[in-house]
Formats: sequence, structure tokens, C-alpha cells
Amino acid sequence: MAGTSQPSATIARVDVALQGIEHAWQAARDEMPTLALRVELLERALAALKGAGFESATLVTAVDRLPRAPRFELVHQLHSLEHNQRVRVRCALAEGEAVPTCTHLWPGAAFMERECFDLFGIVFAGHAGLKRLLMPEGYEHHPLRKDFPHHGIEPDRLYREWDRKRRADWHPEEAR
Amino acid sequence: MSTQTFEYVRGGGGPQADGAWSGSSAPKDADDPLHGELMQLNMGPQHPATHGVLRLELELDGESMRKVAPEVGYLHRGKEKTCESLGWAKFFPHTDRLDYVQPLLNNCAYALALEKLAGLSVPERGQVIRVLLMELSRIAAHLIYLGTTAIDLGAVSIFFSTFKERENIYTILDAYTGHRMNNTYVRIGGVFADVDEGVESLVRAFLARLPAEIDGWEKMLTGNRIWYDRNRNVGILTREQALAWSLTGPNLRGTGVAHDLRKAEPYSGYEQYDFEVAVGTVGDCYDRYLVRVEEMRQSARIASQALDRLARSRGAEFLAEDRRYVLPPKDKVHTSMEELIFQFKIVTDLRLPAGEAYHAVESSKGELGFYVVSDGTSAPVRCHIRAPGLMNVQAIPLLAEGRLLSDMVALIGSLDFVMGEVDR
Repeated sequence: MAGTSQPSATIARVDVALQGIEHAWQAARDEMPTLALRVELLERALAALKGAGFESATLVTAVDRLPRAPRFELVHQLHSLEHNQRVRVRCALAEGEAVPTCTHLWPGAAFMERECFDLFGIVFAGHAGLKRLLMPEGYEHHPLRKDFPHHGIEPDRLYREWDRKRRADWHPEEAR
Repeated sequence: MSTQTFEYVRGGGGPQADGAWSGSSAPKDADDPLHGELMQLNMGPQHPATHGVLRLELELDGESMRKVAPEVGYLHRGKEKTCESLGWAKFFPHTDRLDYVQPLLNNCAYALALEKLAGLSVPERGQVIRVLLMELSRIAAHLIYLGTTAIDLGAVSIFFSTFKERENIYTILDAYTGHRMNNTYVRIGGVFADVDEGVESLVRAFLARLPAEIDGWEKMLTGNRIWYDRNRNVGILTREQALAWSLTGPNLRGTGVAHDLRKAEPYSGYEQYDFEVAVGTVGDCYDRYLVRVEEMRQSARIASQALDRLARSRGAEFLAEDRRYVLPPKDKVHTSMEELIFQFKIVTDLRLPAGEAYHAVESSKGELGFYVVSDGTSAPVRCHIRAPGLMNVQAIPLLAEGRLLSDMVALIGSLDFVMGEVDR
């Protein structure tokens, strides 16, 4: 694409930054340089990328690949405005496996990680205040998982519980 | 000549040497029955100044905000899950309802991501129509920012004139797309229909009038003492903060970073248009206001260049011809059996190549990106919406903590978000 820097330039720069960290390049349809990493190396790799000038985290999200195992793909997409380069970092992740947070590198990732936790149930270790973002507190499911039905599971449960409690508080004689 | 000093009613405080405000010399804090007591306050979710269903949990010490926690999700409709259930083609109307003050920009961002995944290119005329509609949408979205922020800060008359102009844009969009709002006009491979010359003259008349209108609003606000005092040095962002907090768009440009995706990663032929990127210097609410006002002028410039291009390419193709992905023209659907089958197949069973793609456009709020993942079947694996508004909401505590409650209204307005996009 005109204006953006060549993927090869990004790959060369990232290869230098990630020396000593095992990584592989993958082909993506949009030609964005895409790294595949083992999750144990993620923390070191992200810190190295931040050091290499990727000053902004564009997105942190996940893809549920059920029934494939491991089921999740964690995707970080980083942006260097100075070099006009983007890079995508991908990790395979099993259910229940914790990943390190990147909020100490990019505080802006805090909401994105909360959203990921909320909708996929992925736990980010070291995140201060990891709680649900979009779904209400007390909700038990993770809606963007592939085994969650689109019509929801008991979508009005929290409302009914609240309503029952409210009636009991206000009209104890009716509740009985 | 003696200088006048202001005596504050509550004890002759005022600005202190360290820049803090204090009104506590007498009566002593200890005598104050409320001293040291923090007050929990919910601002929203139904507060008019939160521009939608945003709830802010505030911890107040008197009028200064000790702690701010934005709570979002009141408008969460599961759009990303809906895309997985509906399929690629039927998700277009849902993109309108993300940032509902600029539906066409959302349409274009989604279509561009899908086209990247499919490896499809849009004919020149289709791109120009998209650019024209995107820029008109940007002006409409900035008019909402200007009108609502001004009314929140007490300048009521601005609101009426900005909404009058916005109504004119909606009249144009109505003539173009058949709807005032929620247009769903963009399709994979181009746009739904071409436009006639009558509409072009409508747009020309609007663009000819707009700069003078903007001058009028600037006359009412830019040098206005109240507007200046309530915006200048409020919510100062540094370049480093803006980048680390993933802020984009006018909020980032207000800090002096000349980053605009239309220049940095041009799409839809933006590299052929002549326009400037507005930047601020201080990074406060006032700079963000100036950036957005200048962006409206630049958008008008781009739109009139797009009109010239439209006049040159009259009658050309505006929709790509690839029956794997692109809907056939409606008149052919009504007369040809094959085209009817293609229409049915594409609406119900659109299959994009396996793989992933990310495409971002410069929306009125910042970088609006769609991250789409396909496995080659008609069911999308993932459609993640990178909403700039969510990042703007996230930055509220950063800018608000330690300031007075009344600054919150200016901050919410100047960060500029729409909850439909924040909650998705």
C-alpha cells in the first residue's frame, strides 16, 4: 500500500529487537508482519518491541478456534507512529492458561485486556483491576466463546435476582 | 493605582503558590463538618453531559475529583458476536449502529477490511463517492461534538446553528442514500448506487456555505472568554501519554503529533487529495477544539475535490465486478436468473478467503479499525472492532483526577466519544 513502509523493513527491525527470543513470521492476508510466539516468551518479546519504538498498542484481542487445541489465539497489534510500522503478535493459548499483562508497557491496553477477560475469560496476570468491562458484574459466562449461544444463557437472570430482592425489600408482606 | 484582590467568601483563599486552589484559611478545616469526608457520586448513566449511557464513579473531596472510574457497557449489544452469527454481508446495517453519528465512515471501514481480506479493489468512482460521503460524515460528527460540547459549557446558541447545518448534511445523505441516518450505503466492492447531478449541486451549495458558517461559530467561541477559560489548560495530554494510552485522531493531534491515517496509510485514494493535517500545541481541550474545527474546513476541501472527480468520471463503474463477493446491480437481479442466484448466495452465504485482515480508517474519533478473521466458510471466525471511543473513555481518569468537577463536562465533550461504539 502506498505510504506505509514495506513489511520487510518492519521484519528486519523486529528481528533485531527480538534477538535471543524464539519467534516465527507468518503470512497474513493483509500483509501485516505477523509474529508467532510461545506464550512464555510473550512478556519479554513485548518489552523488546516497546523498546524498539512500538509506542502504541492498537488492539489486544483474542480469537476462539474451538474445537482446535489450544483453543485461543491471543492477538496484540502494535503501532510505531515514528516509523509508520505495524506488527501483529500472536500466541496460542489453552483454556485457563494465564498470560502476562502488558499494561505496564502500554497503559492504554488496560481496557482491551479487561474486554478480553470479560468476553473470552482469558486471565491477564499482573493486571491491576482485571474485572468485567462490558458485561455486568456477577455475570458468569464469556459471550465471545464459540460454545456460548448467540441468544445467550439466562440473559435476564441478574435482572430477576435484583427484582426479587427489590420486592422483598420494599414489599416484605408480598414476598413471603 | 491599586490592584484589586479577590476575597473569597469562604476564608479568603484562592490560588496558592503551588497552583492549587484553596479556600480553607478560615474557618479552619477542622470546624467544617464535611471536612475530610469523601463523597461518592454517580455521574450518569443518564446524565445529559455524558453524551450517552456512560457512568462515572466519582470520589469527591468537596468539588475536586479524587478518583474517577468510568463504567461502560450499558449499551453493549454484542455486535461482534452478532457478526459471527449473521455472516459477513448481513452485518453492514449493524456497523451503522456503532458510532451512530457517522454511519458511513463505519460502513467504509468494515467494507475496506473485508475487501482487504478478499483482495478486491474498488473502481475509482466507487472510491470517490466513498471519500465524499466519509468527509461529509466527519463534518456531521464534528458538528455534534461542537454543538453538544458548547451547550454543556453554557453556549446554547451554537447548538442550534450546528444542528441546522448537520440537518443540511442529513438532507444530502438522504438524497444520496435514501436515509438520513443509519445509511448502510456502502457494499463490498463499492457503493450501493450512483448519484445524479442534482445531488452534486446540493453538496456544492452546502460546501460553498460551510466555511462562512464555521467562521461564525469560531467568532462566537474561539475568542470567547468563558469558552477559553473553561477549555484552555484543562485536560492537558502530552504526546507520550496520548501514545501510551492508545489515543488517536484529534485527541492525539491536539498534542502536536501530525498523524492522520489518511496521510500515513492512505486508503480509498486519499493520497490524491490535497489537504492539511491540523495539529495543536498544548494538548488541552482548547487545542482539541481548534483541531476539530480545522478538520471540518479540511474535510470540506476534500469533499469539493471529490465532487470535481465525480464530475469527471460520470457514468463510470462504481461497483467492482466479482460475483464471488460483490452484489449484482439491482436492475439485473430483477431481470436475470443468474444474477438473482448470485444475490441470494452473497447475502446468505458470503465466503471470504481464509485468513485475517486489519484495516483502519481515520474516523472522526480516531483510528477505527476492523480486525476480521475468516476460515473460508460463510461463518466469520472473528470480527473485532477497534473502537477509538473506548480509548477516549479510558483516558478520562488520566485527565480528570485532581481537577474540579466542573472540568469533567469540558473533558467529556472534548475527548469525544459515542457510546454505541464504546460498548458495541
